[in-house]
Amino acid sequence: MEFAAQIGESVSNTLAYLGSLTWLGLRAAYFTFVAPFQGKQLRLQRAVSQAMQVGVRALPILSLITFFIGLILALQSAYELRRFGAINFVANAVAISMTRELGPLITAIVVIGRSGSAFAAEIGTMKVTEEIDALETMAIDPVHFLVTPKFLAMIVMLPCLTTWANAMGILGGAVFGVAQADFTWFRYIRASLDALFLRDIVTGLIKSVMFGITITAVGCHEGLSTGAGAEQVGRSTTRAVVVSIFMVILVDLVFTTLFFFMGAR
Amino acid sequence: MSQIRSMPVESDVMISLRDLRVSYGEREILHGISFDVKRGETLVILGGSGSGKSTLLRTLVGLERPGSGEIWLRGKNLATISPAEMDEIRKKIGMSFQGGALFGSMTVGENVALPLREHTKLEEPTIEIILRLKLDQVGLSKFENYMPSQLSGGMKKRAAVARALAMDPEILFFDEPSAGLDPIIAAGVDELILDLKKAFHMTIIVVTHELASAFLIADRMVLIDKGNVVAIGTTAEMRASTQPRVRQFLDRVAEPEVSQELDYLQMLTEENHSPGR
Repeated sequence: MEFAAQIGESVSNTLAYLGSLTWLGLRAAYFTFVAPFQGKQLRLQRAVSQAMQVGVRALPILSLITFFIGLILALQSAYELRRFGAINFVANAVAISMTRELGPLITAIVVIGRSGSAFAAEIGTMKVTEEIDALETMAIDPVHFLVTPKFLAMIVMLPCLTTWANAMGILGGAVFGVAQADFTWFRYIRASLDALFLRDIVTGLIKSVMFGITITAVGCHEGLSTGAGAEQVGRSTTRAVVVSIFMVILVDLVFTTLFFFMGAR
Repeated sequence: MSQIRSMPVESDVMISLRDLRVSYGEREILHGISFDVKRGETLVILGGSGSGKSTLLRTLVGLERPGSGEIWLRGKNLATISPAEMDEIRKKIGMSFQGGALFGSMTVGENVALPLREHTKLEEPTIEIILRLKLDQVGLSKFENYMPSQLSGGMKKRAAVARALAMDPEILFFDEPSAGLDPIIAAGVDELILDLKKAFHMTIIVVTHELASAFLIADRMVLIDKGNVVAIGTTAEMRASTQPRVRQFLDRVAEPEVSQELDYLQMLTEENHSPGR
């Protein structure tokens, strides 16, 4: 009985957590898409500076990582394709796995490390220093003021970053293709583009938007639920990263399954 | 207008608390607080650590929800009010937090102007003028473009007061205005509160445990202990009080907080098994 009660409790805790994430996401979406038409200003300036932080500053590290991932993918798939004499399919393998899966996922993980954690730390610190309380006593909604600009920046920047990541991955594959598989640069890029359907790119981008929402909701929720004391900020930050990675994989699974069955029709 | 009928009749009452109870989860912190705050007076809420005075303040500004009881403010009962009505009331009150709670990513000027930019449709030049005025009032005229991290503790408090004053509030709340300041700077903050009182006849509510500062600024005082009102009265009445608990607090008689582990555990379990919960 004890055991069953524990399971029941953790299930209800998990559901409550998912519920509050969804609620936070919905409120941020409301303030982004609905409230501006009801006369509540959208903080574009703050969103732009967040977008710089989330997006533009992530480019160097993201480029490097996805370039290597593309190269690794090419090496790994060539290892197997070579046995069938099909090494020229390496371009297809890299292009499809980057755009459908690894581009969005690696981008999300880099963004979690850089920005999801930063959201939790920033908002958590504000919670500890009573700045969140101060916002409330000034009749300023913390979700409107703090979360919404981050939300907007994330849903715009993640697809952009993902597109860039896809390109860098394909470039990484091309280095292998040119060096080892008798491609020219031009033919490799051509082969990659021929292998891709618009659907591959679009499903990847849809996933990246969902990842952006997930990362914002988890990071900000962890920040807002920070307890008292500086060490709690550290805890929130760690939790934000761990939970975000898990949630992103979960969202990935759900959407990939969805796209699989939609594609099978 | 129907709401006003149930409010206490005296028109000089600004805030009225009736049997206010506040709990965190299972633990009841305030066990039925009742008192009135008069328009234009400076009321000091005194109490030791853990007495519930900070919880009382947080409840008064709407950061905690009362479990039961009533808080009447501007003709509305905060216990049953909608979030939108609460926001309207919040635009008429100012709160200065213990550590200032200035936004670290904004300059002092942006901090002070924030409520104006959020809640009014004033033109930018007008906001600039109000901003200068408010910073002048707290003696920070030249510090508009400083970041909060560049200010000293006392200056942060002053900037926080300027921000609390931005919307010309009817009631000003202070949480531990002299906490973490050296005696000279703390005296400066007391001065500032006295100046505001003289200049605007604002209703001011201060939570503190600093006796010297309390007696300097207060018109009336409330002593809170373990979630109950022990005494309420003017500074003279408090000084003359013979109530043991008041005397103990004012004469600063030491009392070990909880000496025995067993007592402490008992205190915790009592709270969990208090009747009716």
